[in-house]
Amino acid sequence: MAAELGHFALILAFCLTLPQAFFGLMGAHWRRPHWIALANRAVAGQWVFTLFSFACLSYVFYHNDFSVLYVAQNSNSELPTFYRFAAVWGAHEGSLLLWMLVQATWALGVAAFSGNMPQQMTSRVIGVLGVISAGFALFILLTSNPFLRLWPAAPDGRDLNPLLQDPALAIHPPMLYIGYVGFSVPFAFAVAAMLEGKLDSLWARWVRPWATVAWMFLTCGIALGSWWAYYELGWGGWWFWDPVENASFMPWLIGTALIHSLAVTEKRGLFKSWTLLLSITAFSLSLLGTFLVRSGVIESVHAFASDPGRGLFILAFLCVCVGGALGLYAWRAPLFRSNAGFAPVSRESFLLFNNILLVAATVVILIGTTYPMFMDAFGLDKVSVGPPYFEAMFLVPMLPMVFLLAPGMHAAWKKASFESIKKTLGVLLVVALVLALAVSVGAYGWNSVMTIVGLTAAFWVAGASLVDPINRWRNGHSLPASIIGMSVAHFGLALFIIGATTVESYKKETDLSLKPGQTTEHAGFEFTMTKLEDVAGPNYQAVQSEVVITRNGKQVAVVHPQKRVYRVQKNAMTEAGIDAHWHRDLFVAMGEPLGGDAWSLRLQYKPMVRFIWFGAAIMALGGLIAICDRRYRKRVTVDESAAAAAGAKTA
Amino acid sequence: MLKYLLPIGLFTVLAGFLYFGLGRDKQTLPSPLIGKSAPIFELARLDDPSKSFSNSELAGKPYVVNVWGSWCVGCRQEHGALLEIARRGEVPIVGLNYRDDRDQALNWLQQLGDPYVVSAFDDEGRAGIDWGVYGAPETFLIGANGKVLKKHVAPITVEIWEQEFVPLLPQAKAGSP
Repeated sequence: MAAELGHFALILAFCLTLPQAFFGLMGAHWRRPHWIALANRAVAGQWVFTLFSFACLSYVFYHNDFSVLYVAQNSNSELPTFYRFAAVWGAHEGSLLLWMLVQATWALGVAAFSGNMPQQMTSRVIGVLGVISAGFALFILLTSNPFLRLWPAAPDGRDLNPLLQDPALAIHPPMLYIGYVGFSVPFAFAVAAMLEGKLDSLWARWVRPWATVAWMFLTCGIALGSWWAYYELGWGGWWFWDPVENASFMPWLIGTALIHSLAVTEKRGLFKSWTLLLSITAFSLSLLGTFLVRSGVIESVHAFASDPGRGLFILAFLCVCVGGALGLYAWRAPLFRSNAGFAPVSRESFLLFNNILLVAATVVILIGTTYPMFMDAFGLDKVSVGPPYFEAMFLVPMLPMVFLLAPGMHAAWKKASFESIKKTLGVLLVVALVLALAVSVGAYGWNSVMTIVGLTAAFWVAGASLVDPINRWRNGHSLPASIIGMSVAHFGLALFIIGATTVESYKKETDLSLKPGQTTEHAGFEFTMTKLEDVAGPNYQAVQSEVVITRNGKQVAVVHPQKRVYRVQKNAMTEAGIDAHWHRDLFVAMGEPLGGDAWSLRLQYKPMVRFIWFGAAIMALGGLIAICDRRYRKRVTVDESAAAAAGAKTA
Repeated sequence: MLKYLLPIGLFTVLAGFLYFGLGRDKQTLPSPLIGKSAPIFELARLDDPSKSFSNSELAGKPYVVNVWGSWCVGCRQEHGALLEIARRGEVPIVGLNYRDDRDQALNWLQQLGDPYVVSAFDDEGRAGIDWGVYGAPETFLIGANGKVLKKHVAPITVEIWEQEFVPLLPQAKAGSP
């Protein structure tokens, strides 16, 4: 019954996306307030029905209703309750329903928090979001219905993919989706501005918080995914340049560019068409990522059940949304020419470089990800592109970007002079270099020039990001949340670079065989296997070893790595034993039994690896602080709006 | 004006390629190799560069060729299934270690276990081209007569093995096409 109710609610939700789209867009076009009000009601209704539908799917999972095909495929009576809920988005159909719920929630958010925007703008944005929701609802109903029945019902389910039975992974898809889908809001704003033919500083001010929130969630989602891969996939890497990882990283890079470009559009009324293009691209890449993952065009571990029929639908949808928006862009963008100038050395220039380099990095990743497909299309040599390509090519645009960051943060708008700050930055650079040498050569030993370069850049950015807040505080100037947010986010980036550089330069790995009672030495620690035992989990059997780690005879940690075999899917999973410390992880993973009581073990020493995720979290925190800035909450008075319009005209 | 048309132009090209990629369903469309003689390769052995291995040595018996690399996440995923298939001993598995680093590959086998009777080291990917390798992992079944009977792209599971490969084994052993 619940499945049918959920299905029915989903159909109703789809039916409500149509008036949301129609009345939203046409109400604004023909300036009919009643229509606009109707569109707002449709948003609320659509959200309620989507939520109900989602609740129904959760309910059938909770009650182990194996007469529902999707539940039978992705759950099991032994699956712990928490994962029964996480299993709702554990595969294609349910994750699309989650996507739709998130999409509806964003539309509801726009309807609720747009008091300071003109009605017509809001209405257009809601209309565009309605078109996107309609597409997704139709996609679910036609190709990926999670409510289909299985008759006769399965006696038990095939269980959730063991890889996904983990707390971090359970919450990582919602995070990613909030980010992905969140970029539909700037996208809708861009389309709305092009339809209206008007784009001013106020527009940028409205879009900024939405773009930042989406970016924040995407940052958290990607970091969680990386953290999960680190401890769950069993071999201690934190980024694999897998097509699915790339699919989430490309919108992030463009989203980062967008946040910076929006700053220029808000403060100076420049980069207007560029900002539009980035708004469109960020969401397009989210959709493209979905296409790549779901269509089977590119194979990946993460790939959900791939199906060309689904791929065709997403491609058609991609053409409507992205093709439509870019067509509109070709037609309308010439309207938004701005002719205000800026000197070659100015904040505008620095942000322009930031944008170009971020876009270049995205292009590098896009080429690497789709390369096998292109080569195949031309019938050329089938070459696979692996991590070495990405690692080398990604640094080419990113290294200069990081070095431009420190001066860029302190450049003034229009024309910058570094006279006042030159000395501080110079001193910081020298300090950064000394610190980098101290950390690399002093603490860990010589590795390579790139290690020093990476650490110097990181310390320089970290120091430079603090200069402005400290100066303002010292001189008694006001310290707006947007400045603190920027400093915090850049500081987070610096922490991330410190982590990534150190761990890649100084990690120590070894594989060896160990029996209970035996001790081995690795990276200055002694690892003793004290016990080997069988343990049973709710839906798996495991061999667990106890490894005591000591340093110079003093106990540091006891870890319990496991090798699990999940009963239903018979997959062997490695559960690493990790002793986490702020400046290093000790990582023990079990490999294969080698006969007798001996097991192959992988021991890893990972210096500063926590900084990678901690840095990402700090970056996201910076975004959170920035959107608390007072100016986003202030209602815009008529005077100010007119002044901004006049300003935009003269600028 | 042209610069405003550029984005949609690029998108059209990309969409065209995506459409092409979609039309070519790698999972179900048979590889052009199916029913043809398996390409012969002669490569250095992974565990001992001084010795070479050729799949012609296996002529007259059915065998499986599994394309893998230590850089490939999907291979890591399917490794448990391969170990299980090897344990059952129905048919030997030959590893084609594709575009890999020898030390890393050996490390991988030591850590995860070695399901292969032998692994050939194809660091330049030349055998891979003959075999039409799109991307690791790929798994081929070759009959006693040297003909390719089956190709599976993407990680293999015990389930896929039982449903799609095992039924072909009698035919593979008999050697009839």
